[in-house]
Amino acid sequence: MEWFTALNVARIQFAFTVSFHIVFPAFTIGLASYLAVLEGLWLATGRNVYQRLFRFWVRIFAVAFGMGVVSGVVMSYQFGTNWSRFSDLTGPVLGPLLGYEVLSAFFLEAGFLGVMLFGMNRVGKGLHFFATLMVAVGTLMSAFWILSANSWMQTPVGYTVNSVGQFIPEDWWTVIFNPSFPYRFVHMVLAAYLATAFIVGGVAAYHLLRNNAQRDPRVMFSMAMWMATLVAPLQIVAGDLHGLNTAEHQPMKVAAMEAHFETRRGQPLILLGLPDSDTGTVRYALEIPKAGSILLGHAADAEIAGLDQLDRADWPHVPTMFWSFRIMVGLGLVMAGIGLSSLVQRLRGRLYDTPGLLGTALVFAPSGLVALLCGWTVTEVGRQPWTVYGSLRTAGSASPIELPAIAGSFAAFVVVYTAVFGVGVYYLLRLMRQDPAAGAVDEAIEEDRERTSMLRRLTAWVREEP
Amino acid sequence: MIPDLDLALIWVVLLAIAVLAYVLLDGFDLGVGMLFPFLGGEAERTTAMNSVAPVWDGNETWLVLGGGGLFAAFPLAYAVIIPAVYAPVIAMLLGLILRGVAFEFRGGTDRRRALWDRSFFLGSLVATVCQGIILGALVQGIPMEDRAYAGGWWDWLTPFSLVTGLALAAGYCLLGATWLVLKTEGALQQRVRGMAGWFGLATLAGIGVFSLWTPFLQAGYMEKWFGWPALLYTAPVPLLVLAAGSLLFVSLRRGSDLKPFLYAQALFLLAFIGLWISFYPYIVPSSVTIWDAAGPDVSLGFLLVGAAVLLPLVLAYTAGVYWVFRGKVRPGEGYYH
Repeated sequence: MEWFTALNVARIQFAFTVSFHIVFPAFTIGLASYLAVLEGLWLATGRNVYQRLFRFWVRIFAVAFGMGVVSGVVMSYQFGTNWSRFSDLTGPVLGPLLGYEVLSAFFLEAGFLGVMLFGMNRVGKGLHFFATLMVAVGTLMSAFWILSANSWMQTPVGYTVNSVGQFIPEDWWTVIFNPSFPYRFVHMVLAAYLATAFIVGGVAAYHLLRNNAQRDPRVMFSMAMWMATLVAPLQIVAGDLHGLNTAEHQPMKVAAMEAHFETRRGQPLILLGLPDSDTGTVRYALEIPKAGSILLGHAADAEIAGLDQLDRADWPHVPTMFWSFRIMVGLGLVMAGIGLSSLVQRLRGRLYDTPGLLGTALVFAPSGLVALLCGWTVTEVGRQPWTVYGSLRTAGSASPIELPAIAGSFAAFVVVYTAVFGVGVYYLLRLMRQDPAAGAVDEAIEEDRERTSMLRRLTAWVREEP
Repeated sequence: MIPDLDLALIWVVLLAIAVLAYVLLDGFDLGVGMLFPFLGGEAERTTAMNSVAPVWDGNETWLVLGGGGLFAAFPLAYAVIIPAVYAPVIAMLLGLILRGVAFEFRGGTDRRRALWDRSFFLGSLVATVCQGIILGALVQGIPMEDRAYAGGWWDWLTPFSLVTGLALAAGYCLLGATWLVLKTEGALQQRVRGMAGWFGLATLAGIGVFSLWTPFLQAGYMEKWFGWPALLYTAPVPLLVLAAGSLLFVSLRRGSDLKPFLYAQALFLLAFIGLWISFYPYIVPSSVTIWDAAGPDVSLGFLLVGAAVLLPLVLAYTAGVYWVFRGKVRPGEGYYH
């Protein structure tokens, strides 16, 4: 077990805690904005369906947010527990970025969350809406700063190195808006929105499959499918631009993603296959000749760099890169496909009456989150063997913690996370399964029923049914 | 940027304020968690939990600011301290998870309520004792070589650090009990008022033991506290602790709702000032000074601009949130599931 070293266990532990964590912020970034939209629509139109949906999702938000907070506090200390050398050396650059995240985002979210969850009877509607907006703004600010910090680690610029090896910022603007940041930020925020839209759509589809006349799930489903229709294609464009940016700044990462072992003109696009780093080949490759050069170099005979330009010891793990990337892209295409077919059914007036569409939306509810995790796997595994790309090695970043200690804490994290987040996810699913309109039999629902039945009467009249 | 500003000193003051804010705020909600087994039944526990539900999240954010601020302004201190107290840091984080999720999970299933009540209690206790142990380990001193921690993996575990852990637990229980005196009524309030007295005694005893033990850990501490003329400046601190302690008991006896909480907070403030006297000018006692650990001015200055604008805003809306939820906990106001 030569891979079983303190360094590798530290890496696995960090990957474990950060992967568990990111699912919840991603979901809450999207859900916070959705809640702000729902409450805004409620205040603007006065239609109670929006208020009921707000109440339905805000309970889910509270659970997801709570899990995001507790797993996030862990992250703010994992830099020190696992990567104390990294902390010392990059602290002057990354510390202030994270400091801004805490001051501008975490306090905003945490402060106004209490009002959003419990304050409806204590403050007016206007102030409550303001609290919801602040929570949504907070989640986006948080994404801004943490992605700036991560992007700087991918494409570090605007710094010098001092005598003890610390990275010293020279120009903050350059550091914050480093070359990969705008792409990564847009790609991640869209991913969070899309992941949330598919969860909302999946929950709505679940309820509609049981009874497709229900009003509340119809509103949810319609809103979610509009997001899928509009945002999924946008995300494909954003992802492509992000990929080209990576090709420019981290060409070896792209080489690993595409399993390009050789530097060559007329690089193929390998769709599927089994990359084998030992032989430098892709077995059973299904490929489109020259398409790799066309995509990355915009010419059929453009020279595209391969992994042969790196020492073998410095390659990221190619099969992980290759497959994570393909799962992400595949799911992205599926999501765009669902968005498109929902548009078709919508135009045909059969958005809520197509079991195939509802079933697909239900099955692919977690697709956004899975794609997001795969995307992060690509970008983080692809940064190896560096923590600060090209400047600080992962091996030189670790804490002086010995294997038994770090393996012990890893075991404790696995046990606690599995138990706590297992229960959390079970509980989230239970909340999602509840009837959104349950317990809300008030005049609003009566009024909604009235409206539905009037609509039915109208359609019956149009169709000239008796 | 004004060149003559001692940015490192400004930042250590800001960081001290963040840690103090954390202790004063999260202290009472961790304390509420530790009091859970002593409350009378499910209804009282629900009321107690609802009293902190709207604010615990913001309270815990000060801990993130403490960690994040240390990383930002004093990266060397962050890099040395956290490996030195590795085990208690991990245990504290796991404790905070177990108690944090209890807020959400407790209401979820009736038959599991008892389980999450225990999780809330145990998580709060573990997190608190670990925070105390971390403090104790810091006060003992942490050795550094070549910009990295240079001690053993169990150095943090000593009789002194264990006493600190228990003393902090007593102190947070006092904060929690006086918070509940402020926020509740009736039988629950009577119960916690009685507890506050006992935890007040335990807290004063803890502060006493800690204060008398500390000077014997390092010659530097002895000099600072009992040297002449330093004694003139340090003597008021223990005297004020005794005064605040007496006022705490008087206010509890007189049946005041708010004052016991304020005097309990005053005790923590004074203990914190005492710690400042012991630490200064070190940030990692006996090995790293504030200025050794400080990041470059370009980093401290950049974050200071943001802190100067954002920290007053944070304090303002945090105060606003406490104002919105002022007064006694209203029945049925809490997690609506």
